[in-house]
Amino acid sequence: MLMLSLQSQAADGQKIYTQGAANPAAMACATCHGADGMGLAATGFPRLAGLPAGYLSKQIRDFRSGARSNPVMQPIAAALNDEELEAITAMLASLPAPAYPLVDRAQAAEGAGAILALRGAWERNVPECVTCHGPGGTGVGKAFPPLAGQSALYLKSQLEAWRKGTRQNDPNDLMGSIARALTDAEIQAVTEYFASLSPEVTP
Amino acid sequence: MRALLPTLLALAMAAPAHAAKIAMEDQSQIAPTPAKPDSETYFQPPREQDLPDDAFGQLVQQGRAIFINTRKYAGDHVGNGMNCTNCHLDQGRKANSAPMWAAYPMYPAYRKKNNKVNSYAERIQGCFQFSMNGKPPAADSQVISALSAYSYWLSTGAPVGKTLPGRMYPAIEEPAGGYDLARGKQVYAEQCAVCHGDNGQGQKVGNDYAMPPLWGKDSYNWGAGMHRINTAAGFIKANMPLGKGGALSDADAWHVAAYMNSHERPQDPRLVDGSVEKTRDRYHANDGVNLYGKAVNGVLLGQGIQ
Repeated sequence: MLMLSLQSQAADGQKIYTQGAANPAAMACATCHGADGMGLAATGFPRLAGLPAGYLSKQIRDFRSGARSNPVMQPIAAALNDEELEAITAMLASLPAPAYPLVDRAQAAEGAGAILALRGAWERNVPECVTCHGPGGTGVGKAFPPLAGQSALYLKSQLEAWRKGTRQNDPNDLMGSIARALTDAEIQAVTEYFASLSPEVTP
Repeated sequence: MRALLPTLLALAMAAPAHAAKIAMEDQSQIAPTPAKPDSETYFQPPREQDLPDDAFGQLVQQGRAIFINTRKYAGDHVGNGMNCTNCHLDQGRKANSAPMWAAYPMYPAYRKKNNKVNSYAERIQGCFQFSMNGKPPAADSQVISALSAYSYWLSTGAPVGKTLPGRMYPAIEEPAGGYDLARGKQVYAEQCAVCHGDNGQGQKVGNDYAMPPLWGKDSYNWGAGMHRINTAAGFIKANMPLGKGGALSDADAWHVAAYMNSHERPQDPRLVDGSVEKTRDRYHANDGVNLYGKAVNGVLLGQGIQ
């Protein structure tokens, strides 16, 4: 019985993603996030494919409540019911995403972006990003989403939102305190660094 | 030199009658230095980009790699999921996180822990035996050479034998009434679990821990300095949550340190006759504030991972 209901959830998730939810205010996610869930980097619509379901569902709930402020996502999130929310996020988490190399901190760090990502700026209490976001920025658990290959424009908008305080749904103000310590040039550099990481080339 | 030795020895033996008392600093209970105000900077280790690309520089880089990813680069000597950089932040550079530049110049030094004067190599061996729950590398091994070179390089320009501000972790006073495990559990849930897991299990990426386990089979063992509540409280106060050191009150740092150290972890490798009680008497009863060999909620701590 459980297997059947899971299956119908998964089918619903795909359907909602490509056609929209029961409430028409929740338009098809694919419109902005791409048919493959990889987002539209140039316009700043983030990749969702392969992100943890727990992270995605928290973001949608936070859009609903306003803990994460976004005028486009707020009405969409509000129009999704919990069952639809669970279905889409489970489906997205299961989508294939490129395998980014697990760059660890032993590697050389050249350029402001790589330095922040792999060494941090400890004089300002900024840990290296990969400590929490995983080697190569490939993400850790449900609280620390992948950064590798994510849209630079999107990453930049989020760091700025934390810095300004328009995004406040990070656990413990962990990202807020980091973002407030970064300069504009650093935000530019580190977001470009993560966006530029290429997936491993399989021979 | 040979001819001189007997003379030198005779001088040394004669000295105590006239010389000032020589204090042998106990390196297992290091007297902390007060943290500097933010306006003053701590000792600055050399920059990575200034490391020469010669044989010495390469050895230093090897040491750095081992320091960051100890399981990967010194796996034969690691019996858990920890890396040096878990407790020595910013790759061994961060003041008040037991930086290497404040440790290296203080050795050789007497340590009560093993009742002898330790070389720096022996000190690192201790880290492997306890904090890394592993079989320590030989004193003249590549691993020790590389880690020593890394520590030496970080200490460039630091005075030898003089305690630098920022050494070790700051001292935290035990709150009136001692530790409060219920409060510690609450602090843990609010401040720590997001990274270290609801059950202190850490978080993995593939086979490696991205965030270290704080108790259980993959964490530091009962012989590690971090098992002391006072030591852990100092580390936590200055450095945790990551990037938000100083955010917790002293009392909360103490309570959450106690909570963390009130769980089981791998056995102390110095276990005496298979007895937790005997081991407590010999090694833990006079070792700061710790719960090894004590009963917490009716359960004897220190039995190790069954």
